[in-house]
Amino acid sequence: MTDLIAFLEPSRSVIDRRPTIIADLAELLPEGCLITEERELVPFDTDAFVSYRRMPLAVVLPETTAQVAAVMKYCNDNAIPVIPRGAGTSLSGGAIPQEDAVVIGVSKMNQIVEVDYPNRTAVVQAGVTNISISQSVDADGFFYAPDPSSQLACTIGGNIGMNSGGAHCLKYGVTTNNLLGVKMVMFDGSIVEIGGKALDSAGYDLLGLICGSEGQLGIVTEATVRLLAKPEGARPVLFGFESSVAAGACVTEIIGSGIIPVAIEFMDKPAIEICEAFAQAGYPMDVEALLIVEVEGSDAEMDAMLARIIEIARKHAVKTIKESQSATEAALIWKGRKSAFGATGRIADYICMDGTVPLGQLSHVLEKTSEIIDHYGLRVANVFHAGDGNMHPLILFDANDPEESMKAEMAGNDILKLCVDAGGCLTGEHGVGIEKRDLMRHQYTDADLAQQMRVRAAFDPQWILNPSKVFPLERRNGSQPGDPVPDAAAAPGKTAA
Amino acid sequence: MSEPGIQYPETDDEVARIVSEACANRRPIEIRGGGTKRGYGRPLQVASALSVEKLSGITNYDPSELVMAARAGTPLEEIEAALALNKQMLTFEPMDHRPLLGASGVPTIGGVFAGNISGPRRISAGAARDSLLGVRFVNGSGEIIKSGGRVMKNVTGLDLVKLMAGSWGTLGVLCEVIFKVLPRPETMATIVVKGLNDAQAAEAMAAAMGMSVEVSGAAHLPESVVHKIADGALKGGPATVLRLEGLEPSVAVRRERLVEEMHRRGEVSVLDADATTSVWRDIRDVKPFAGASAGVSVKPVWRVSVAPSAGHQLVAALRLKTGVDAFFDWQGGLVWLQMEADPEADLVRKYIKALGGGHATLVRADAATRAAVPVFEPQPAALEALTKRIKEQFDPRAILNPGRMSSAV
Repeated sequence: MTDLIAFLEPSRSVIDRRPTIIADLAELLPEGCLITEERELVPFDTDAFVSYRRMPLAVVLPETTAQVAAVMKYCNDNAIPVIPRGAGTSLSGGAIPQEDAVVIGVSKMNQIVEVDYPNRTAVVQAGVTNISISQSVDADGFFYAPDPSSQLACTIGGNIGMNSGGAHCLKYGVTTNNLLGVKMVMFDGSIVEIGGKALDSAGYDLLGLICGSEGQLGIVTEATVRLLAKPEGARPVLFGFESSVAAGACVTEIIGSGIIPVAIEFMDKPAIEICEAFAQAGYPMDVEALLIVEVEGSDAEMDAMLARIIEIARKHAVKTIKESQSATEAALIWKGRKSAFGATGRIADYICMDGTVPLGQLSHVLEKTSEIIDHYGLRVANVFHAGDGNMHPLILFDANDPEESMKAEMAGNDILKLCVDAGGCLTGEHGVGIEKRDLMRHQYTDADLAQQMRVRAAFDPQWILNPSKVFPLERRNGSQPGDPVPDAAAAPGKTAA
Repeated sequence: MSEPGIQYPETDDEVARIVSEACANRRPIEIRGGGTKRGYGRPLQVASALSVEKLSGITNYDPSELVMAARAGTPLEEIEAALALNKQMLTFEPMDHRPLLGASGVPTIGGVFAGNISGPRRISAGAARDSLLGVRFVNGSGEIIKSGGRVMKNVTGLDLVKLMAGSWGTLGVLCEVIFKVLPRPETMATIVVKGLNDAQAAEAMAAAMGMSVEVSGAAHLPESVVHKIADGALKGGPATVLRLEGLEPSVAVRRERLVEEMHRRGEVSVLDADATTSVWRDIRDVKPFAGASAGVSVKPVWRVSVAPSAGHQLVAALRLKTGVDAFFDWQGGLVWLQMEADPEADLVRKYIKALGGGHATLVRADAATRAAVPVFEPQPAALEALTKRIKEQFDPRAILNPGRMSSAV
């Protein structure tokens, strides 16, 4: 564990009140919905950003929106921080608790409330896993499009918090593009409904603001999501290239030619080796980079599209072309890619970065990433969504070596700054969490950040909700001389509290 | 083109200076692009205006990145021409309000995003807000703020980009917008099903959208409006139209499958790419209810957004109570209503609520009516209070387009 990232000093007055708070929470919830024993709290002390851990004050697992509202109101009235939690798969520490906070987990709210095929919508509770939405409508020929790598485990509530994406987002967009409505508990326990089955909603786009707000604006307990008709078929093709530059240029030309495949995934040589050793997917070992390009549709459509894509790949001296001839082969191609994180975890500790760059900058950023990694004497495997410029360098290190751990974090920070400097963003789909919180100033000016923080205060005047995430800590108490600091306590929202 | 009382800044800094001064003097200002949608929303009570007309020009465009950046006052035509040169397009197919509102002027890209203006492809490709990736704007305190970027995926902080889309200049003055573009389809075709009533059409459209043929537009034109589309090309009974787009071989395969399915429902014909273009342009621009010209009294027009299956039920319910003409886009979820005389706001909104919710916007009415009837859907108290708090965080002295969306915003 390193300590590059600071946590807020927990409030002694809250911690001292723990017995009372626990007794009060027990009053608000049915049996079995409150966790207070240290042994049982341990699984909640971190999320998938495991370098950092903090024990929460208590964990509540409500069964209804009304119970979430009761707990939220209680916490707001008593100035107790609240950490919303889905399945805890956040890679940026978005659900890591703090010692003076109550975790509100939505895992018991896991029902699919309604499926409406004529309108192609599903109403689901926040604790429903991403994959189970698609599974529940699969037999009828529908699916829910956003497919984060953690889709077996992650919840729709967490997906909304992080605006999650996935490999197929090139064509289908991310969560925000597939979300029609939410039921949400506000800071004071009031329940609001925003959007619904209509394609757009009235007034300001609050839905767009809530999606990706990392649990800072409210706790979503129910969502209306879009369902799509499943394509007739899907076919991935592997392309092996002599260099990353050639693979990158091929991506640019495919997109520029007017073809939007459903996914374009990129792996460099270290990633190919790691994944092949684990999955035996039949990846070519004599290439420096490979692309997995997937197209969808009827056989005739896929043939037509692939013929064009293959023609483009040939212009970039492609060394290997492997078309999947069966569902088994297609699954194997994806198995290699989808096991990248797990397979990497077998050979080393790693941190997965998540910067996004304009497509034209891919080659430049890959080259510079290598230089940064060399500078710190580490290793990196690159595997990412090339079609939308969302890079995932996996920085390999030894977590038992404090110095190397520190170097890995520093290299990660340098890579993210590189992404921003190349015209991109700190995070494409993992969120800021605590991981990238202190880098926010690299992407945004003081005025930009202050504007965001004022909006946040309009939703949560006391900064109760997931308070130590997303925004640099020093910006919230007015301690920086000359800063146009948003004074949460003086925010107009306070009057409505 | 300059008018007295209007300021025409040429840089972001000038915008910031003008807004700062207005803020200091508590002097409300009207924010204008090309002026084609000035008749949209509640009438403003302001003495001065800021036009972004001279903040013009495409600032960044590499077709292989599928992203374009442009200053807010860039004419939409210029954007579309640059995209067309590279066989690309705005995926959300923005509506041109001039025919409906009888407005002159030139639509700007800033105005399109400020109003979140989307056309028929919204059903498949998302709204304007889904294409908007980044913005630079001046808030009501005169600060230059940026949010988002020029990348497809971004969750860095709060998504103020979405908030700016559809806020009608009440939160900030857009200076630059960065947005996603897509390749233009190589070809397109429209399957026309004749003779369906509104309810049958809703079923047919739902069935088509539930197939894996990727319908990119689904509209129903009842008999009363069909002759006004594409110079009468579809006349002779109601027409339900379904659009397919993409690569030639792909459209051919999907067209065959869709025709086969629709044959069971009515008489089917297929329009080629040229006819498809004109049919969908007229649907997009609400051509059946056009004909307004400045100063002439016109019938009120509502834009209603509901669940697709509820659109025809809404119209059926209204017809029992009042004189109304209607047609349907977005599979029935976008209903264009032309009222005989009175806008009947309470009635329209009562039925929307009864049918599961949605919202209605009074897109066309004279200024007196727009001042008296809530143009945008009134919100429940909690959301209205939240909306007001958000407005205050961007524009603490309420100087930007004050009251355009509601008395509070």
